[in-house]
Amino acid sequence: MSELSSVGIVAPQTAHFSEPLTLKSGAVLPAYDLVFETYGTLNADKSNAVLICHALSGTHHVAGKYREDDKYPGWWDNMIGPGKPLDTNRFFVIGVNNLGGCSGSTGPKTINPATGKPWGSAFPVVTVDDWVASQARLADYLGIESFAAIVGGSLGGMQALQWALTYPDRVKNALVIAAAPNLTAQNMAFNEVARQAIITDPEFYGGDYYEHGVVPRRGLRIARMLGHITYLSDDAMGAKFGRKMKHDEIKYSFDVEFEMESYLRYQGDKFAETFDANTYLRMTRALDYFDPAVEFNGDLSAALAKAKADFLVVSFTSDWRFSTGRSREIVKALLDNELTVSYAELTAAHGHDAFLMPDPHYHAVVRAYLENIEFGGAK
Amino acid sequence: MSTHTPAQAHTHFAEAASERRDFAAIARWVAPGAKVLDLGCGDGALLGYLRDTLNVRGYGVERADANVLACVKNGVNVIQMDLEAGLSGFEAQSFDVVILSQTLQAMHNTEGIVMDMLRVGKEVVVTFPNFGYWRHRIQLITGNMPVSRNLPYQWYDTPNVHLCTISDFDNFCRDHNIRVTERLVLTDGKPVSLLPNILGSLAMYRLGNNT
Repeated sequence: MSELSSVGIVAPQTAHFSEPLTLKSGAVLPAYDLVFETYGTLNADKSNAVLICHALSGTHHVAGKYREDDKYPGWWDNMIGPGKPLDTNRFFVIGVNNLGGCSGSTGPKTINPATGKPWGSAFPVVTVDDWVASQARLADYLGIESFAAIVGGSLGGMQALQWALTYPDRVKNALVIAAAPNLTAQNMAFNEVARQAIITDPEFYGGDYYEHGVVPRRGLRIARMLGHITYLSDDAMGAKFGRKMKHDEIKYSFDVEFEMESYLRYQGDKFAETFDANTYLRMTRALDYFDPAVEFNGDLSAALAKAKADFLVVSFTSDWRFSTGRSREIVKALLDNELTVSYAELTAAHGHDAFLMPDPHYHAVVRAYLENIEFGGAK
Repeated sequence: MSTHTPAQAHTHFAEAASERRDFAAIARWVAPGAKVLDLGCGDGALLGYLRDTLNVRGYGVERADANVLACVKNGVNVIQMDLEAGLSGFEAQSFDVVILSQTLQAMHNTEGIVMDMLRVGKEVVVTFPNFGYWRHRIQLITGNMPVSRNLPYQWYDTPNVHLCTISDFDNFCRDHNIRVTERLVLTDGKPVSLLPNILGSLAMYRLGNNT
């Protein structure tokens, strides 16, 4: 095995929780499953655990492959593994699919035992707070009292931040990457267009499309295409596609004329094949509702007063959907509370997607930060 | 990344043998356990020194990627930002001491940063190479731009844009109503009291608001 290697073949596990969970909305989930994966070994005093929180379309499958011939490994495989920035030789890493997801944890497409039918429209709206509460129960289930680190990008970064507020004594370090303290109106506007694309699809059936044997593929596809545009920078799209044509001559039609269109359609189609539209609605709503400062009259510094963790905040210069200025707001609020914080504002061309890219400097910063984390006896 | 940044100028100085004595001199103006902001903190060496000797709660500000990474490696809190943009990310009077160590001369927004430091810090420490040092004067008289240990650049590759003499900085403080609480002038790490604007190579100022 090379020094930088994969965690290898992994398998998901499922934890069942029979204690009802009261959600922020007031709705109650009587019972639920969380599907998760782990990499590395939990040490004797259970002090080396790291939780990975996923973003909008992420899953519990963070690293490794299920089978040797899987085309792709987990979504953050470049970050996590033996000798990688998040080194599984030192840390015990957990990936979990969030409630309301569509990759195995209880969500809209899961069968509701009360009705024998998929939850569909009846599945409640979940929030970042609800995810953190459910993840804490998973930690209890695994016997983990306190995490060495909680790591997330984008919506995952919001969860890492919320963890530090909800369970200040259970998080030693929070790595908040390409995130924001809340969404701007423009950012929420993209989510609303995406949801409208789904909801107005004739095959949405108010969210209960499962029983009609269809999925609102067209809406989900458009939602994803829109999202993709906002995850990339103008420069990145320019470099990748520019005005490159698909064919040798202009066809004066509405078929694919430019390479960019071909790419967006491909991404939309691929996503609509595998992702659940109801989950997409809920993930975007969780983004919209996230705003820890709202209970403090918009005072983020007051909201973050509860935090005790050390923080690494990372943003990317070309990320316009979660701009560097939003990360600087988080940093300022942490500074106002005299917390231990470092902030790296990385020059990157890839826009919001940069947090998933294997940029050497980005990885070096994350590696350096994680290497300095000490836990239970041995460093 | 540009090769001519204030941050790198600082790192360069950090390699100079006299740097440690510079640190020790700064440390005399910092109370144990103080909350310190070091602007243009380089690899975090000064903050690391103040942490180890005085148990300060320190934060550095740095622009260059390599220095930010070095700070993270050294376990020094670092905020990556460009000082030219000002200190709006820091509350008024939120630090006991704000330090600008041998970076002033490479700033474009010189007045702005000094006034902002006085807003953020209860006390301010500014150090800079004295352009009036006799070795610099001789090089100018003999017809060349000065190059020395504290000014280790050629005219065409220097990051320094606002060089000044001790006399110039005294005038600056008077004109901007800035109170100089203490001034220390060093050459090769040793204090200079006679003709400091001629015999001193490094100027250190402890500043407060004139109110």
